[in-house]
Amino acid sequence: MSKVMPLVEAVRENLNDGDTVAFEGFTHLIPHAAGHEVIRQGFKDLTLIRMTPDIIYDQMIGMGLAQKVIFSYAGNPGVGLLRRMRDAIENGYPRAIETVEHSHAAMANAYEAGAAGLPLAVFRGYKGADLPKVNPDIKSITCPYTGEELATVPAHRPDVTFIHAQKANEKGDVLIEGIVGVQKEAALAARRVVVTVEEIVPDFKGLHPNLTILPHWTVTAISVVKGGAHPSYTHGYYARDNAAYLEWDKISGDRELFAQWMDENVLKATPEAFAERIKGL
Amino acid sequence: MTDFTPNEMMTIAASRALTSKDVCFVGIGAPSAACNVARLTHAPDITLIYESGTIGTAPDVLPLSIGDGELCETAVSTVAVPEMFRYWLQGGRISIGFLGAAQIDKFGNINTTVIGDYHKPKVRLPGGGGAPEIATSCGEIYITLKQAQRSMVEKIDFFTSFGHGEGGDHRQRLGITTKGPALLITDLAIWKPDPVTREFTVVSLHPGVTRDMVQETCGWTVKFADNLEETPAPTELEITTLRDLQERTRRAHEGGKAA
Repeated sequence: MSKVMPLVEAVRENLNDGDTVAFEGFTHLIPHAAGHEVIRQGFKDLTLIRMTPDIIYDQMIGMGLAQKVIFSYAGNPGVGLLRRMRDAIENGYPRAIETVEHSHAAMANAYEAGAAGLPLAVFRGYKGADLPKVNPDIKSITCPYTGEELATVPAHRPDVTFIHAQKANEKGDVLIEGIVGVQKEAALAARRVVVTVEEIVPDFKGLHPNLTILPHWTVTAISVVKGGAHPSYTHGYYARDNAAYLEWDKISGDRELFAQWMDENVLKATPEAFAERIKGL
Repeated sequence: MTDFTPNEMMTIAASRALTSKDVCFVGIGAPSAACNVARLTHAPDITLIYESGTIGTAPDVLPLSIGDGELCETAVSTVAVPEMFRYWLQGGRISIGFLGAAQIDKFGNINTTVIGDYHKPKVRLPGGGGAPEIATSCGEIYITLKQAQRSMVEKIDFFTSFGHGEGGDHRQRLGITTKGPALLITDLAIWKPDPVTREFTVVSLHPGVTRDMVQETCGWTVKFADNLEETPAPTELEITTLRDLQERTRRAHEGGKAA
């Protein structure tokens, strides 16, 4: 059975209300089109995992899809704050959310532990920091060889991980290049993996042999969405729409403006709209 | 002498602290500008690392985020994020961590998490990102921020990243083996920690800045070094390099679809 299917189906078949879900992409290759499809299908009570929640989670939180967010940097990178997420934390609007806050090192280690099939991640971290006082998931462990006290956090095991990639081949192998982020770890840590790609090519002949990051049998579904990372970027295809990130600061700062923007650009749109958005980038 | 703004003086003073031998973990904002001015002037061989995994990067414009494509295109190598934090940062391969701050105290402890109570915050800030481990795993920490009563405070609301704690040997007592905050560069002055108490002390005032100006914009009682110096004004090369970089950056970021 082919793994290639329209994004509408890939989301419907792989996500359920109440799931724990990761959307990864470290500035590069953020799966915005998949996020918008999840919003359109109106899932509820999701636990969202992401190192830097940024615009994609600001939108989901603002639309009331999330009950809990596990994260390490809740900012619009290079611009400022996440105003919808702040509204949820500070004012419970549109609903209160639970937050579980980590450092980047902890999140990266937790994904890696999940991919490795371990229950926990161990690293040298959080020394002197206040996060362990407010996040009971951060504990310490004593090295049995040296006696050093190290930090530990539970492994991430998402029900579903969504990522965006440059391309897949007809078999369903997935290729990523550029800033590779934490996607391989997030995908291998998850029970199901949905990948949006810019294009599907017959095979990967002639390409650098180390570029394939996910063999087809580790991927649950693949959907072609041209421009699917916008306003993030896809290395080799289109650049980051920095102006859109700056503009988001204004849109997200106002509840009504946000609702109007989401209605026009997400609820009434389709995945095909992304191809238009990257023209000229 | 060219005219310059306090912010330009801050960035240039910070850039002067870096050398070609340094391996520097770069925060976004003022640290990124300072690191790239250093690279474009007196420290061409400096290794700049951004937490997106780009090692030895040399961008033509300042990135808006830590993961802009140009960082990867100009890098010696790009590694996965878990590798960045495990092998490179935790592995002890980075000499200087360069951080900005929303709130700082006199011992270089930094808060970028919340203003007010954590569970009922007055203002929810972005949080630490890489900072908690950068602050303890890099050889030493440089900090840059614009002086203001609300950002330089007697007591920070949340320890996002640990500096010298309560001062003295607090780092050693926690088993932290790196030096911690070694330099604070503001728009008015250069500060270094006292060798014993670890309290930040003003060692150099930028041109035209008085002791009163430093005190008025700082929430704790400021200590000044006995042999207080004056920071040399920016040179023509430094100011031109910074302004050109910022102009290229402005054009690139405003560009978006219209470009």
